[in-house]
Amino acid sequence: MRKLFVDELKRLHVRFSEMGINVNEQIYNATTAFINHDKVVAKEVITNDNNTDSEEMNLEKQALELIALQQPVATDFRVIISILKASSDLERIGDHAVGIARETILEKGEERVPEVEKEIALMTNKIREMLGGVLDAYSETDADKAGEVAKDDIIVDQLYLEIREKIIQALKQNPKVAKASSSYLLVIKLLERIGDHIVNIAEWIVYSSDGKIVELNPGKSDPKLLREIVSGTIGER
Amino acid sequence: MTDKIITSDGVRVYYGEKEAIHGVHIDIHEKQITALIGPSGCGKSTYLRCLNRMNDLMPNTTVTGSIKLQGEDIYAPKVDVVDLRKRVGMVFQQPNPFPFSIYENVAYGLRTDRKFSKDEIDQRVEESLKQAAIWDEVKDDLNKNALELSGGQQQRVCVARVLAVHPEVILLDEPTSALDPISSSKIEETLMAIRKDYTIVIVTHNMQQAARISDRTAFLLNGNLIEYSQTKQMFIKPEKEETSDYLNGKFG
Repeated sequence: MRKLFVDELKRLHVRFSEMGINVNEQIYNATTAFINHDKVVAKEVITNDNNTDSEEMNLEKQALELIALQQPVATDFRVIISILKASSDLERIGDHAVGIARETILEKGEERVPEVEKEIALMTNKIREMLGGVLDAYSETDADKAGEVAKDDIIVDQLYLEIREKIIQALKQNPKVAKASSSYLLVIKLLERIGDHIVNIAEWIVYSSDGKIVELNPGKSDPKLLREIVSGTIGER
Repeated sequence: MTDKIITSDGVRVYYGEKEAIHGVHIDIHEKQITALIGPSGCGKSTYLRCLNRMNDLMPNTTVTGSIKLQGEDIYAPKVDVVDLRKRVGMVFQQPNPFPFSIYENVAYGLRTDRKFSKDEIDQRVEESLKQAAIWDEVKDDLNKNALELSGGQQQRVCVARVLAVHPEVILLDEPTSALDPISSSKIEETLMAIRKDYTIVIVTHNMQQAARISDRTAFLLNGNLIEYSQTKQMFIKPEKEETSDYLNGKFG
């Protein structure tokens, strides 16, 4: 019986990892489409989100069945609950990618700010690196690695504040970028939110591994740190 | 959809004047595991015993209604009960090997037929012990008395004994309740493995066991069939409140 359960659990892991890889690609495509003003790719991202949603539903169904029929306890229980919770975060990240893709479609044809777009690309790279890292940590159930990834969220928060400042400056200089700027603001906010969901996933890896419910968001667990960054960033300008 | 190998309708069982089962209809699907659950005295074992006419052996017992195996009424006068029990084998709660060798236990049903050669019997014995997941433990010692084995091993020999005659349906009445958790788990694994070739009906008062291994579950209460559905459905969202209460341990 044990073997059957282990096989089912493996399938659940594989599904989760696949979902993670797809979501990571969605972020990449959404931001690339946004920066390149590529409506076609943006539309693809929006359509592909259905896959993420159905992947999450299948995963939930499978996890709930395992809980109801196999009544897992201890480690097995934590692993399944973690997948269930973390998959909601992945699904939400997928939704944010769609949000970014929608901005592409709105923003097309407006005057834009290349420096800001370059910064957004950098922020996206950081986010994708974090998502890749957290998925690795997940597949190895490595709580330390998960903690390391979560720490990087402070960099994302910092990037968010810096880029926001650049957007404001650009808008002051040239009011014609107003429409693009509103999109930029939304996109960086969505990227920042994705960072928070990645931290949530990291927290579930810790639960799965150590059975502890923790707060890994550096901005939340250490508000002073965030204040320092806020004042530091703004002080520089 | 799978085919129904056993269909039953309005089955009533009387022990003397007392009606123990009040018109139960459960259809058994081919090559699936069907679990019968319910509190003690609900009639699950009584119903199971109707499926290969074990109740015939009990005095004062009457069965009415219809039970058909592959469309044929098993209570029809022309039915040979010994033949029926070869087609519908049974494993009991207490392992009950015959007091002779492991080999002879498994070969027993084949010898009654006389049509099998020594080689064929050898082959069947090995195949059945393998299917019952006990071959590796006993292959070097087939002449050992089966009663010298552990309870869990004896039970797997009993499963092999049933498998040897290639039944269409295997009935199991609480096959693991006399066994320790490891042996129980081995029996469960065996059942999961042979499911692809055999139809299995299992009575268990271990709800978790029903949840783990069965495709369909029937819940009986006081001689009535309360609910019969896919196991997934029953354990996630049963239709009847009584089912939910029983599964949640509110009674029984």
